[in-house]
Amino acid sequence: MSDLPSDARFPESGRMPPGSARQIRLAGIWEAPPGLRGWVSTVDHKSIGLRYLVTAFVFLLMGGVEALIMRVQLARPDATVLTPEQYSQLFTMHGVTMIFLYALPVLSGFSNYLWPLILGARDMAFPRLNALSYWLFLFAGIFLYSSFPFGQAPNAGWFNYVPLSGLEYNTGPNIDIYALGMVLLGASTTVGSANFVVTLIRMRAPGMSIDRVPVLVWGTLTASGGNLLAVPAVSLAFFLLWLDRQFGTHFFDVLNGGRPLLWQHLFWMFAHPWVYAVVLPAMGIVSDALPVFCRRPLVGYTPVALSTVATMVIGFIVWIHHMFATGIPALALAFFGSASMVIAIPSAVATFAWIATIWTGRPVFKVPFLYFAGFVLLFVIGGVSGVMTAAVPLDWQLNDTYFVVAHLHYVLLGINVFPVIGGVVFWFPKFTGRLMSERFGKLTFWVLFIGFNLGFFPMHIAGLLGMPRRIYTYSGDMGWNTVNMITSIGSFVFAAGVLMFLADLLWSYKRGPVAGDNPWDAPTLEWSVSSPPPPYNFATIPVVESGHPLWEERLFHDDPSRARTQLDEGLILDHGREALATRALDGRPDAILKMPGDSYAPFLVGLFSTLIFAAMLLHVWWLALAMLAGFAVSLTAWMWPEAPLGQREPKREPRGETLG
Amino acid sequence: MPLAGVASQVHVGDGAPLNYFLHAAGPAAGPTLRLDWVFTAICVAVCVIVGGLLSAAILRRRPDVPLHQLAHGTSGLRWIVIGAGLSVPVLVAMLVYALFTLNQVATPAETPALTITVTAYDWWWKVAYDDAPDASAHFVTANEIHIPTGEPVRFKLKSADVIHTFWVPRLAGKTQAIPGQTNEQWLQADAPGVYRGQCSQFCGAQHAHMAFEVIAESRADFAAWSAEQARAPDMPNDAAVTAGKALFLDKCAGCHAIRGTDAQGAQAPDLTHLNSRRLIAAGTLSNTAQNQLAWITGAQRIKPDSLMPSIALQRDEAASLSAYLATLK
Repeated sequence: MSDLPSDARFPESGRMPPGSARQIRLAGIWEAPPGLRGWVSTVDHKSIGLRYLVTAFVFLLMGGVEALIMRVQLARPDATVLTPEQYSQLFTMHGVTMIFLYALPVLSGFSNYLWPLILGARDMAFPRLNALSYWLFLFAGIFLYSSFPFGQAPNAGWFNYVPLSGLEYNTGPNIDIYALGMVLLGASTTVGSANFVVTLIRMRAPGMSIDRVPVLVWGTLTASGGNLLAVPAVSLAFFLLWLDRQFGTHFFDVLNGGRPLLWQHLFWMFAHPWVYAVVLPAMGIVSDALPVFCRRPLVGYTPVALSTVATMVIGFIVWIHHMFATGIPALALAFFGSASMVIAIPSAVATFAWIATIWTGRPVFKVPFLYFAGFVLLFVIGGVSGVMTAAVPLDWQLNDTYFVVAHLHYVLLGINVFPVIGGVVFWFPKFTGRLMSERFGKLTFWVLFIGFNLGFFPMHIAGLLGMPRRIYTYSGDMGWNTVNMITSIGSFVFAAGVLMFLADLLWSYKRGPVAGDNPWDAPTLEWSVSSPPPPYNFATIPVVESGHPLWEERLFHDDPSRARTQLDEGLILDHGREALATRALDGRPDAILKMPGDSYAPFLVGLFSTLIFAAMLLHVWWLALAMLAGFAVSLTAWMWPEAPLGQREPKREPRGETLG
Repeated sequence: MPLAGVASQVHVGDGAPLNYFLHAAGPAAGPTLRLDWVFTAICVAVCVIVGGLLSAAILRRRPDVPLHQLAHGTSGLRWIVIGAGLSVPVLVAMLVYALFTLNQVATPAETPALTITVTAYDWWWKVAYDDAPDASAHFVTANEIHIPTGEPVRFKLKSADVIHTFWVPRLAGKTQAIPGQTNEQWLQADAPGVYRGQCSQFCGAQHAHMAFEVIAESRADFAAWSAEQARAPDMPNDAAVTAGKALFLDKCAGCHAIRGTDAQGAQAPDLTHLNSRRLIAAGTLSNTAQNQLAWITGAQRIKPDSLMPSIALQRDEAASLSAYLATLK
């Protein structure tokens, strides 16, 4: 131990009962300052997580309203509610909003809020980066919508194929907004993903080995790894497109040796892994929360965790299945089609694990259970229609028809929205201290479930009847009238369900019954702390000895010596904001981390980044330079060595106060 | 006229001309149709089985025990082993079947005798019959593709602007028309008839109105049609027709071409044999004199943002232009 640095310290171990002077002091250390100051500067993962959730839901509502307007237009043939240009902007923004501004951010919200609580940590590994990730997401969302009120929103589809999105065919600011907004959003996703990966490696409670982390953690970890590898492709693609449009480069320009197919490759190399990034954490929500309502641990934890990773790995070699019709040789298509079908195997593993969990468990029909059980059926429907589109010759028919629209909505609503709503109902008591309503919640579920299937199942039929995607109207003699009317009705029923859910949410926030720490009798660490949790999460650092810390006494009742998880006694870290770092594989304690305090820097870095992009959009180069200077100053302030973080000599303090 | 013979054979049966789930009319589409049925049947069966298991799992009777007590006993892993164990062979069988089908429809059994070059434009299709050795037999038409029945026909697909997708659901799957490259597609119609096609890749404002028709007819009828198309139309000596032609050359010839005249525009459909076609405006309107005028004067109302302007015409101008267009048989 002689090689320890001079300021090494062995933290004391003990209890910290609520209400004790030490606990109150700890709360003071971690609490964000009150008012607007704290609101802008906080780096608390719980605040950031809830902001992600709320912001993503606002975008969900915006995307939903866009969808409803389109469904009014498509309810009847030859309708003239929308002009073609309005329709193009609406379906583009609907896709951009739902995929980029709702589906992943909402899951980041859950993971941001839950990860440290689930892992027994005080915060994410990089709290300020976490705050930056949120601010960039919010600003990128606003950026992407900034031209919408002027009728110049992105209008070439979320997939934004060149040359349609090139300058020759799209002269307005529409596509530049999209291109720069996506690069900005990519920064948010990247820093967020890096944070999750490092948090998993360093921030787990002692004893939480890799085989004890909940499946949500596996899902988000896998998604984050996927994002880190996939996002560069799309950021590059959009940046090259912006260069083509603004500076006359020729990456995609046919007349000068560029290739439109390059865009499709770069885009789908990103977008297909992304599809898994927006469903795997949601599947993790189900894998963790469904067993709570089956009164047993998940069946097949290890196969489910491995299938999560396998899905993502295979997900990187299937992007060509979006490009079967581009003239790529049949042999290559056969390979990518086969890989796309193989991806059904890990999905089958997960499906049977969920069904087995219900079968061998004792289901409790609370509202979240309904969402998770409903999800299983929608997952299977969306999965098998995916197998159909993976078969190359069949995809040559199905591709670009409403069949694919049906498929992707079963996947994205079925596997994302249903688990998300179930997850909100499930963790609402942890978020707010109050439960959502049970009877009204069940009614809401049925309205959503019936509305969803009424709205989206007929789209399969429309697709088989040959209805192409992204048409703003259709003629009455194509045989699509009835299915479209049913779809439009279903979409409004679904929308009514969403409104009911929001009403329940708001009502319960004020009036819901008080929940207590663990209203569902759930097994994971987040339920061991108060609802809502204190700012420091855990007064003492827990020591975890199983994947179900709160169920140990019951699971191991024949061998009580295995129930060793310690929750109310552990390491006391209260010399400033401190967290414990553990080793990657076995979760043994390794170091005391000095956690950064609240700061305006992430907000300012995010704001200046966005303004740089705004200046680039407008070609106001002096403004871009000025904002770059602001960015550099903010970043310097962020990085400035701080005494409390041990980056600078501490001020002289009375001896014996800090070093143990 | 071959057209009359064809018109009586139009597939109107089910009222969904792009339906590829119930109808396939040739060897490039037939194997896929059967694949579709088999896959659909398996997928429905999977949904029913899994839905049944799920319902049974939820609803099966259980002893009443306190909530606090956890369910014990079985690990349940057998479910995953059996479930995945049954899924994998089914999936592999589906995959093999799909690959065999791919092999069947990817290339025709015999080398096509006829090659047609289709170039996609915003928002219409140029169709060039230009593979005959004799250049005088070459001709260009638009939005209506005639093919002989019972033999494979090769298509070279090009794009003049953005990416479009060539798709005749009852005859074959989709292939993109991508600027800067030439893709190939083959199809074959076993029976005479009219097969509707449609652009399926979003290509801008009027993607919805970018249809076309494939008209399959006997070899003899096809040969007659081809000869007719290759010929320049006669122009009767009539004052109204002459005035209409002058008007056409003034207002339309910048974009449209009519062989044998000074109208040589290449940005819009070749109108040499306009009246031989069943539809105008890329499958949007039936081809009547009335609709022709409606289209000329109201293109921006019928296909907003299309490249065809709405052209204001005096009553006498409309009459003479109509008279001229009527000669383009």
